[in-house]
Formats: sequence, structure tokens, C-alpha cells
Amino acid sequence: MSQSLERKNAIECRGITKSFGTVLANDHIDLTVRYGEVLALLGENGSGKTTLMNMLSGIYHPDEGSILIGGKETVIHSPVDAMSLGIGMIYQHFKLVDVFTAMDNIVLGTKEKRLSQKALKDKITGICQSFGLEIDPEKRVYEMSVSEKQTVEILKVLYRGAQILILDEPTAVLTPQETERLFAILRKMKEQGCAIIIITHKLNEVLEISDRVTILRKGKSIDTVQTAQADEKMLTELMVGQAVSLEIERPLIEEKQPILKVVDLTVTRPDGSVAIDDISFEIRRGEILGVAGVAGSGQKELCEAIAGLMKINKGAILYEKENIIGKTPAEIIKMGISMSFVPEDRLGMGLVASMGMVENMLLKTYRNSRGPFVDRRPAREMAENLVDKLGIVTPGVNTPVRLMSGGNVQKVLLGREIESKPNLLITAYPVRGLDIHSSYTIYDLLNEQKKQNVAVIFIGEDLDVLLELSDVIMVLSHGRITGFLDARKATKEQVGLYMTGAVKQEVGA
Amino acid sequence: MSQNHHNDREPIFRMVKRAELPDRQITLLRLSALILALAAGGLFILSVGYNPFLIYGTILSGALRSPMAIQATVKIIVPLLITSLGVTLAFKMRFWNIGAEGQIIMGAVFASYFALFHADWNHWVLIVVMAAAGMIGGGLWGLLPAWFKANYGTNETLFTLMLNYIALHIVSWLQDGPWRDPGSQGFAKIARFDKNASLDKVLGVHFGWMIALALIVIVYVYLRYTKQGYEISVVGESQETARYAGMNVKKVLLRTMMLSGAVCGLCGMIQATGSDITLTTGVTGGVGFTAIIVAWLSQLNPVTILIVSVLFGILEKGSSVVQSSFGLSTDCADVLQGIILFFVLGCEFFIRYRLVRRKKRAEDRGEGGGR
Repeated sequence: MSQSLERKNAIECRGITKSFGTVLANDHIDLTVRYGEVLALLGENGSGKTTLMNMLSGIYHPDEGSILIGGKETVIHSPVDAMSLGIGMIYQHFKLVDVFTAMDNIVLGTKEKRLSQKALKDKITGICQSFGLEIDPEKRVYEMSVSEKQTVEILKVLYRGAQILILDEPTAVLTPQETERLFAILRKMKEQGCAIIIITHKLNEVLEISDRVTILRKGKSIDTVQTAQADEKMLTELMVGQAVSLEIERPLIEEKQPILKVVDLTVTRPDGSVAIDDISFEIRRGEILGVAGVAGSGQKELCEAIAGLMKINKGAILYEKENIIGKTPAEIIKMGISMSFVPEDRLGMGLVASMGMVENMLLKTYRNSRGPFVDRRPAREMAENLVDKLGIVTPGVNTPVRLMSGGNVQKVLLGREIESKPNLLITAYPVRGLDIHSSYTIYDLLNEQKKQNVAVIFIGEDLDVLLELSDVIMVLSHGRITGFLDARKATKEQVGLYMTGAVKQEVGA
Repeated sequence: MSQNHHNDREPIFRMVKRAELPDRQITLLRLSALILALAAGGLFILSVGYNPFLIYGTILSGALRSPMAIQATVKIIVPLLITSLGVTLAFKMRFWNIGAEGQIIMGAVFASYFALFHADWNHWVLIVVMAAAGMIGGGLWGLLPAWFKANYGTNETLFTLMLNYIALHIVSWLQDGPWRDPGSQGFAKIARFDKNASLDKVLGVHFGWMIALALIVIVYVYLRYTKQGYEISVVGESQETARYAGMNVKKVLLRTMMLSGAVCGLCGMIQATGSDITLTTGVTGGVGFTAIIVAWLSQLNPVTILIVSVLFGILEKGSSVVQSSFGLSTDCADVLQGIILFFVLGCEFFIRYRLVRRKKRAEDRGEGGGR
């Protein structure tokens, strides 16, 4: 059966073109995915992946070109249409109702008559068994881990009979172990004849899971290759358009003076739950401290606690031997602590979306000029400087940053923080959603800081990068430090294990 | 895939986001919206049996035909202009101050105290004190909801709205009781202010118009070039970002609402001492609400606020002339106002999006269901 299915195209895109204003997001893209295969879609930021997928799931309409589903030309009006054509999309950010059970979330929005609890449970268990999924149908979403939530999302589309699955960066939020489990599920679906499109920035995952890879660059489909005949270097070159070195440097700084000491710190969230649970660590100048952990393990609260944005319950934060607890955020900025957090929506709290680069440069320094008026001249110079230095692409330094692409926005944010010449630079997820090219620019910037004897706390998602870039790795799990490792010796599996909180290790750097 | 029959077409129109338009094109679009609005308004006038050209002409000439008419129009414009500037301060911070009515009234009440009981002071001292009192009255009335919002997260829309009624009834109580004019033979009203306590006239209108013009410049510079103005825009965009940048969000919130209320309060003082020469429950004339429309139409730009206020003033004065010469009710002017708003606000949609008609394609016809 799978033999006959394999020959059939699940989706065929012919010459898809879509523009937004003057920007050509998709330029005559051709893409084919067959039943019973996994196709990886690879491309830098702004290469048009998401736009293309949004057209397949009915959110946008192509300006030109045609989409064939199962060999038949189709126009997809809406996500509901996409679903009835058997296309299921799993987004990076889950769309689930927190207080509902897995079961309720799965049937939510289906038009059929509601089954009895028991029949529904049996039906879902049936689907789970045939694809190797594991879930308790009666568990409520807010009690679930990230990977369980993802499982519910997958079940949601399978329940609706999807034969074509599109996953947008599904592994970004998973531990290595969870990623393995997801891949096992995807392989099982493939055996059952599903067509799967997976979007990811991680080349090793592309090589591991996919059968073929389609590469997009600047809105054009550059090439489609058989994964078996590809390697990381080749894929990167196709994606970027030139040869790139994939090495991250790790300069070694000899003299390291301690700069920040966190002692017995406990922080609770406004809702009363414990975010940081009695942690102690130290960071020295000329060192990059990598912080690993599943999303929501207390990373955000740790950043905010040091930046003075969160109330601290117990413990002390000593910066150059002075306790900074109780100081206002403005005072902490003045002392040379810079914090930049890139949240899921990219802009978050570091930048003002509707303001241009110049105004955003002012955010932390506008107070420094004398008198009641804001002095925009130095900010303008700084903005123009950054554009040159970091190769930021923008129509002008006064163009609202929300109109800039993700990579450029992040360069603006990090650039400003570095220009403030901090002694301690805290940066959370600076490469979130960035492509290889931009990511390496950011790594270089961080290393540059390290060489200038700045202490860097780097909170990251990608364990490979953390292991290559950091000097020391601290693993957080449920607000506790579960591991403290030398990044030069640690392995990904070790870190992954600590991330789940399974092993507890003596803290000691 | 059985439902392909009705799926083989795109919708007739679909929305497409525009790139940022050049300013000239935006102006052109807004202008055409205004012309369309006048045309639609004309149809409305025609439908109630009048000649639209005649009516429009009378509105214009009625508002501007003589120095007297112009003075009357300016008197309508001044409070609208000042109040719009006042609410703009709060709106820039995304604080929905719909309590301008109440702030105007409280400003008028505070100023009236001095007008009634200290009319013997030196004229200019009295004017300055009344202006300060007006600003304090309005400012406190604006501070109240801001304080509750900053400390308890109350809803500012409801809070400011309800304070309007409290202020209104304070005036009713004053004219009924403590401040009742003994010479009014039983009427519940407050005495006319002494001439010493009323604003002087410059070019035939009380000098509130000069204050209004000065305020345009002050508010423009304040929002655009000062540190406090910068803080307002950041807080308006995201309180999280403001906190992160080390701003004291609470302080910005309280200070801005105090200022917003103070400007409205100043308007109350000007109305009571310049226009009405007494304090009545009708001191606001409803500008507290109209100002919200003016501020939004002008996209919170002080210079545009001047233009829009002038247009509103002309429409209002002109339609009262239309009423007296044609017997066409001023309610019709409100309908016209509504029509204009509809078109101008509608045009904002087209500045951001355009509609694209479905393309006719030959293969659309046969293929979908055929295969």
C-alpha cells in the first residue's frame, strides 16, 4: 500500500508568488511533497518559508501560481478549507485552551456530533496507538509539559483526518530526548502514508529526519536535494548562497575576576508559584555562562531579578560585592548591568515596536542628557554606526523597528546593549528564530564582549550552540540548578538529562 | 475532497496589506475621503428636501460672513481645541481619559470660587490665581482615576466616565445651595461674575484663544522633544518596556493624567470666566466628548487638532445659522458630522490595506470540479 502511495504527490506547488506591498515574499516557488515522505523546508529568515506554509494552510492567498492537493488543483480559502483537504498545521506557539482537557481541545471546533466521553476517549486512544503517541486524554493542558502540549496539537490534526502535516519549528522548545520521541512519531506517520513538511533551522535534525530537503533563498526555491546525498556544509551553502564556516570560536581568557554572585536566591511569580528556587552561582569577567533549560524553567525570572524588575523573596545578588537587591532598574542599568531578553514575539520589552532605531537607542540613555529635552543627535549617530557595523538592513534609521525583519531587530537590540558598554551582559535567546548567518554574527558579538573582559550570561535554546560557545553551563529545571558543567567536556545528552531534572548534581563550579 | 465544487474560487475581494504609503498619497486619500463625505452629506440634505449647495454655502458664510460671526465661531473652537489637546496627552499614553467633561467642570468650579468670593483682588492676580485653581481642580480630578489605576488596576474608562457625573452634580448642588445667587428670586443659579473676574477681550473675543494657540505649541514641544514626552510614548507602547528601561511607570502615569486633567481644567476656567461669566451645569457644552473625536481624527497631532477643531467649529456655528434661516434642525448638522466621520475613519482602512479583485482566469472555469 505504501508503495502505491509513495508515487502520489500530496502537495504540489507550481510557481507560487506572493508579495506584501513592495516585498516579494515568494517568487515562483515550486515545491512537491509525496505521501509517505518527510520533506524538510530550509531557509534563512525572510526566505519565505512561513509565507508559503501560510498559503498552504489557507491564511494567505497566492497572487500567482497554483496549488495541487492530491493531484487536483485547489484554491484554499481558509484554515477550515485546508483542514477539509487533509492539511494540518502545527504552529510553533500552541493554540490550546489551558483549562480544557486534552480530549476537549482535540474535538474543539469539529462539526460532528459530540461523542460520549468514553467513546471519545477510546477513539483518541486508538489514534494514539496507531501512531505511537502517548497522552492521558483527561489531563488538563495547564498541567502538561511542552512536549505533551505538542502531542495534543498533533492529535488535534490527526483526529481531523489530516494526511498532510506541516510542522513549524517543532523542536525549538523540546529537550533532545523529547525531540527523539517526536521524530519517532513522525517516522511512524510516514510509514502510515502521511506526507510531512517540517520547518527547522537545525541542520542535524534535517539530516536525521527528512527524505528530501527543499531550500528557499530570498523567496525563491533554490534546489531540492535527497537528504541521503546531502551534508551540513552543502545545505548551508545552498541556503546562504556562499561558503560559510560553521565553527563557533571560544576564545580563552586567562584572568577572570568574579563580578556577580547570586546567593540563595528565591523568586516567586505574581501568581504565587515559585520561579527561582534557592539558587546560588557566580559569574566572572571574560566568561560566557550558558544557561540551559526547558522553556519556563525560571530563565525569564532570573533575568528580571538581576535587572531589578522582579520582587525578590529571599537571598542576595552581589554585584562587585554590593547587594543590588532593592535598587531600581534605572540604578542597576547605571551600574553597568545590561539585560536583553528576546521573548517569543521577538520585540517584547527590549524595543518599542512603533519607534525607529534612533528613538530606540534612547531607551536606556535618554536620561543622561542635561535639561528637560531629549538629545537625539548622539542616538542618531549611534544608530547609523550600528547600521554600518552590524550590517543592519533598514530603509532608514527612523523606520519603525516593527517593519524590520527579525534578524535585524535582534541586531538592533543587542547592538544597543553592547554600545552601552556594560560590565555584565545578560542576553536571553538572542538568536531566537534567527538563521545561521545572523546567528553567527550574534555569536561573534558575544565573543567580542568576552574578549573585552565583559561577563556574559547567555540563555539559549540550542544545546549545540550552548556547548560550543559557553565556558560554563548551568542547567535550570523548575527553578532549581540541576547541573553545573564545564562546557568543554559536557555532552548534549548529559545536559538534556539535567534539563528534565532527573539527575541532581552537587553544585560547584 | 468532495467539496471542491465551491472551493474552486477565490473570494471576490481580498484584503492586501499595503507597504507604508508616501505622505503625499496619504493626504490625497484623506482629501478624497472628505470630498466623498461632502457628496454623501449632500445626498442626505437633498433627501430631506434642501439644496445641498445652498446649505453648504450657508454653513460656510454663516460661520465666517462677518467679524461678529467669526468671533462666535472662535468662541466655539477655543474650548474644543484646548480640551482636545488635554485628552491627547492622556491618549498618547494609551490612557483612555473620557473624563474631560468632569475635569472641565472641576476646573470651572475651582476658578469660580475665586471669581465669586475674591472679586476684589487685583485683576491680573485674580486671573492668574483662577487659572492656577482651574488647573489644580482639573488636575486633581484627572489624578484620582490615575492613582486608582496605578495602585489597584482599576478601569480608567469607567472611572473617568463616572467622575463626569459626580462633577456635574457638584455644580447642581452648589447652585442649589451654598453658592446660590441671593438676588435670583428663587431660581437655582449662581450669580454673574464681577467684571473684574472675567477674561479681557482681545480682537473681540476673550483672550482664551491666545492661551489655546500657545497650548498647541507647548503640547507639541512637550510630546515631541522633552524627556517626559518620550516617556509618555514608551509607556503608551508597552509598560513592560518602560519598566525595563528604568522608567517609573507609576510616576509617568500620575504625572501625565494630572497634566491632561489640568489642561481640561484650564479650559473650564476659560469657559466660566471668559464665555459664560458664571458657573452653570452646561459649562462644558459637551466638548469633553467631541474632543475625543477631534483628538483621534487628528491622530494626536496638535497641529492637526487645530485644523480639525476649526472645521468642527465652522460646522457647528454654520448649522445654527442654517437652522435660523431655513428651519433645518441643527440635529441635521450632527448627522452630517457623523457622515464625515464615517468616511474619514473609513479611509484609514484604505491607508493600511487595499482590496484586490479576484483575477479572471480561464482555467478557473472548467477545471475545479471537472477532473
